[in-house]
Amino acid sequence: MSILLNRDTRVIVQGITGRMARFHTKDMLAYGTNIVGGVVPGKGGETVEGAPVFDTVKDAVAATGAEASLVFVPPPFAGDSIMEAADGGIRYCVCITDGIPAQDMIRVKRYMMRYPRERRMVLTGPNCAGTISPGKALLGIMPGHIYLSGPVGIVGRSGTLGYEAAAQLKELGIGVSTSVGIGGDPINGSSFRDMLERFEQDDETEVICLIGEIGGPQEAEAAEYIRDHVTKPVVAYVAGLTAPKGRTMGHAGAIISAFGESASEKVEILSAAGVTVAENPAVIGATVARVMGHAA
Amino acid sequence: MDIHEYQAKEVLSNFGVGTAPGALAYSPEQAAYRGRELGGEKWVVKAQVHAGGRGKAGGVKICESEHDIQAACEDMFGRKLVTHQTGPEGKGIYRVYVEAAVPIEREIYLGLVLDRTSQRVMIVASSEGGMEIEEISAERPDSIVRSNVEPAVGLQDFQAREIAFKLGLEAALIPQMVRTLKGCYRAFRDLDATMVEVNPLVVTSDNRILALDAKMTFDDNALFRHPQISELRDKSQEDPRESRAADRGLSYVGLDGNIGCIVNGAGLAMATMDTIKLAGGEPANFLDIGGGATPERVVKAFRLVMSDDKVQAVLVNIFAGINRCDWVAEGVVQALREVQPDLPVIVRLAGTNVEEGQKILAKSGLPIIRAGTLTEAAERAVGAWQNDLTQATRMRAVT
Repeated sequence: MSILLNRDTRVIVQGITGRMARFHTKDMLAYGTNIVGGVVPGKGGETVEGAPVFDTVKDAVAATGAEASLVFVPPPFAGDSIMEAADGGIRYCVCITDGIPAQDMIRVKRYMMRYPRERRMVLTGPNCAGTISPGKALLGIMPGHIYLSGPVGIVGRSGTLGYEAAAQLKELGIGVSTSVGIGGDPINGSSFRDMLERFEQDDETEVICLIGEIGGPQEAEAAEYIRDHVTKPVVAYVAGLTAPKGRTMGHAGAIISAFGESASEKVEILSAAGVTVAENPAVIGATVARVMGHAA
Repeated sequence: MDIHEYQAKEVLSNFGVGTAPGALAYSPEQAAYRGRELGGEKWVVKAQVHAGGRGKAGGVKICESEHDIQAACEDMFGRKLVTHQTGPEGKGIYRVYVEAAVPIEREIYLGLVLDRTSQRVMIVASSEGGMEIEEISAERPDSIVRSNVEPAVGLQDFQAREIAFKLGLEAALIPQMVRTLKGCYRAFRDLDATMVEVNPLVVTSDNRILALDAKMTFDDNALFRHPQISELRDKSQEDPRESRAADRGLSYVGLDGNIGCIVNGAGLAMATMDTIKLAGGEPANFLDIGGGATPERVVKAFRLVMSDDKVQAVLVNIFAGINRCDWVAEGVVQALREVQPDLPVIVRLAGTNVEEGQKILAKSGLPIIRAGTLTEAAERAVGAWQNDLTQATRMRAVT
């Protein structure tokens, strides 16, 4: 069983009638994702790529038994859509949307806390490329063909840098169990630590590859968790060695504002926790291979 | 987005935070007149620039006559103020704020930030006002009081009282401090700020609590719902390269190196900069053109990167995921034909249909230096730039 999703997971797409959402719905269906419907208020009754559209998440869940949702809703309304998913009985939600106001995400996180842990939705993103379990299902916008199926669990903030890592692994004949994007926003649904916990318990994952960047406390928190609880080898790369302090580097969350948030400090913290750090993004794949005992 | 001190004070005073009487001026004469209008015998003249550390840099002057005000302003207007936050190029002074001086009894530090650990708004206060928070946390960490705000109900009176008592304020001042803290929190929440800093917040000898300096930063992603805040944007305080980029919907940060970067995705863009550094070069910029990498965006990106005179080589690194490399390559070729750069251009494509992409680049007849991997791209960019330098030096030696 891969983490978060598998071949049978029933998926709805919120905002499915938008141009990008239609495009990626088609792509995900072609990959084998079990998309059972979509939600767009006021467009209930239409269909997209054969999937029925509903007015509300509750309607969609009642009619299709959906368990997972992909949010493709524009930034001003995305927070609301995530809360609707949480309230509608969705168990796993991926939010792709980039540009959600930070305080909307604070409210979303607070809202999700109202459900007891066993009924609480898991959210990854926003501002991420999604989650893929190669050969099983794809919930997001990543190109499926760059991922081989295999034993490496990837968790990262960045989309294209995650692709770079997966492509490097594929080049070396190494596959991926699941790749999760936690997104580049300052307030996000799941942290590195949350995903490490899942990978540690996942039978299919043998090695974990963590791709971090400047800003925020989540890499340091991950390091502490790895030191105390992770038995599987972890390889990491932290982007932003050359990033100046106090400037936002594209991702809203990529800003060095406190001690321990620069790339070099994060590398030091992760190394001290026993993580093998790739100093150069071009050798992420080779470093994973080395840790796995492959000839790189 | 940052705003000026005088704007932040106006915003905060609308939420019940006390400020000293003050007025804005656009010239030394106007500043002197503002002083007369305000009355009193002592004024503080403050350069309005988007940076901290103005006092030490000569951007804050205490004046005791209208003549003093005018003289102080003549020194300031049109000058670039260089503080430890502006970088060596400094920030232009085009506005000053003239404020009535107040008798200060004690100074408090007050800051509100988005705390990423608790994922809530955090209030940070210290009895050591006037110093910067970095200094306070290094020298007097025990003086710092922190409190997280529960987003569902907002800042409660008891929390504000706890902060006030921990700062050692006397009982008579507590209600005023509670009003100040709640005002700052409401301004933060209602206007989608990401930072409010009042340093110092002062207690005057006649027992008033006033924001003597104020800084506010707003969430760019939320400006769509605060048109009155968007209007406060002052482009004279921004790096012109970054303003141009923002107006074109590109995410750009200017740096000091000479290898321009055009990349899709923020993480990959940072990684590309890192690789350049590891190869012995210095990146000139961060630039994320977005996942799409359409020809139009590539053209815009080239124009933007090359508008920086320091740039001596351009490195394009595109990971084509959903898009195909052949399509991205067409875009790059089209961009180069349009822009016609007279400096080395290194292109690295990866992902879907990479071979076809390479073929298109090769067939174009343009002097594109191609690279297969990230390392190769960075090494070729640094190599091309150094080569260019040697040639330039040789040319100079000949002439």
